[in-house]
Amino acid sequence: MTRTLWDSTVGKKTIMAVTGLVMLGYLVAHMVGNLKIFFGPGEFDGYAHWLRTMGEPVLHYEWALWLVRVGLVAAVVLHGVSAYQLSRRDIKARPAKYVHKKPRASYATRTMRWGGIILALFIVWHILDLTTGTVHTSFEAGHPYQNVIDTFSTWYGNVIYIVAVLAMGLHVQHGFWSAAQTLGVGNATRDRILKTLANLLAAVLTVGFISVPVAVMTGVVS
Amino acid sequence: MKLTLRVWRQQNPETPGAMATYEVDNISADMSFLEMLDTLNEELTLAGDEPVAFDHDCREGICGACSLVINGDAHGPERTTTCQLHMRSFADGDTIDIEPWRASAFPVIKDLVVDRSSFDRIIQSGGYISAPTGTAPDAHATPVPKPDADFAFEHAECIGCGACVAACPNGSAMLFTSAKVNHLNVLPQGAPERETRSWTWWPRWTRRALAAAP
Repeated sequence: MTRTLWDSTVGKKTIMAVTGLVMLGYLVAHMVGNLKIFFGPGEFDGYAHWLRTMGEPVLHYEWALWLVRVGLVAAVVLHGVSAYQLSRRDIKARPAKYVHKKPRASYATRTMRWGGIILALFIVWHILDLTTGTVHTSFEAGHPYQNVIDTFSTWYGNVIYIVAVLAMGLHVQHGFWSAAQTLGVGNATRDRILKTLANLLAAVLTVGFISVPVAVMTGVVS
Repeated sequence: MKLTLRVWRQQNPETPGAMATYEVDNISADMSFLEMLDTLNEELTLAGDEPVAFDHDCREGICGACSLVINGDAHGPERTTTCQLHMRSFADGDTIDIEPWRASAFPVIKDLVVDRSSFDRIIQSGGYISAPTGTAPDAHATPVPKPDADFAFEHAECIGCGACVAACPNGSAMLFTSAKVNHLNVLPQGAPERETRSWTWWPRWTRRALAAAP
């Protein structure tokens, strides 16, 4: 089974679809959690602390959080490795290109590969900025509300974040529909529902995530 | 009508090919695309040039022999095969780009002719039933539920021309393969070998559940 799943193209595509949906589920939870910033530092910092105590007393402190982190790293790695290997196969499958070029795919479709690379680089920066604080100028562990405000008080913090969120929106818009196709959920009649759902998810996530830096920039959150 | 054709010419698999430009005149709108190419080839032969090699057989849209990527579209601008495409789909003075299927699975043999034996190898790996079938049985000899028959027929419409591979940005034969798998697996004649023909990590009920869902 492992051989069939990992070696075959459909298997790798299934892995990409499932890991993509896992990450998409996480993004929805992450976005909803971020919105707590509009309820003030008490709510937001309290929520961040709860993320470390969730699962207690069955699990020890931070265990649930680490389980989520390990799961997400596995999803990112599997998604990225499958994407790389599938892209290599795609390029090998058509060594001689058509002379008559016809642009047929949407912008979101054409930017899946570069968008994915941008997102991977962003995740590294995002963790170094707001989880470990390595690249943060005035990081204070346990005070995420203040850390977020500090990040979005710099121009580059806003630019990096907003560019990455827009890339995420495009990636989700095409990726969600693609995952449905790969898993065999799509058909001619369901296509419209799936595309609407993909657009909706992409729009809600993009607006939800961007609302935080915009709120800090406009002084709504300070 | 008068047309400018840009055709892929390639002497053999080893020689690199290139697009060659030809002018054709007096093309009737009622001609099929292949008849238009026949006209070009007659002119080339009379001029002492090598005619353009292209695949064709039944010329009535059922055999899957004809191919050609016309202006970037497999089988051209209409939703049909190249042999059923007529020159009325083009306008006088048009320039038409004609290329072979391009995929490493379909190496060019000559000009517009490609080797599609990779499809035969897919069929050999399970696209058949082992039971001796004899002459065609009566249609009602083996009862097939109507939804299954419709599902199977939809997939049996694939004539194995290779356009899916030619059109896919990834040069993938998934549509061909899945058409064969779905066609055979759902019918009582093909179902006994479904486990050796294909392997799925989805339980069998999911297909029916998905088919029944709105």
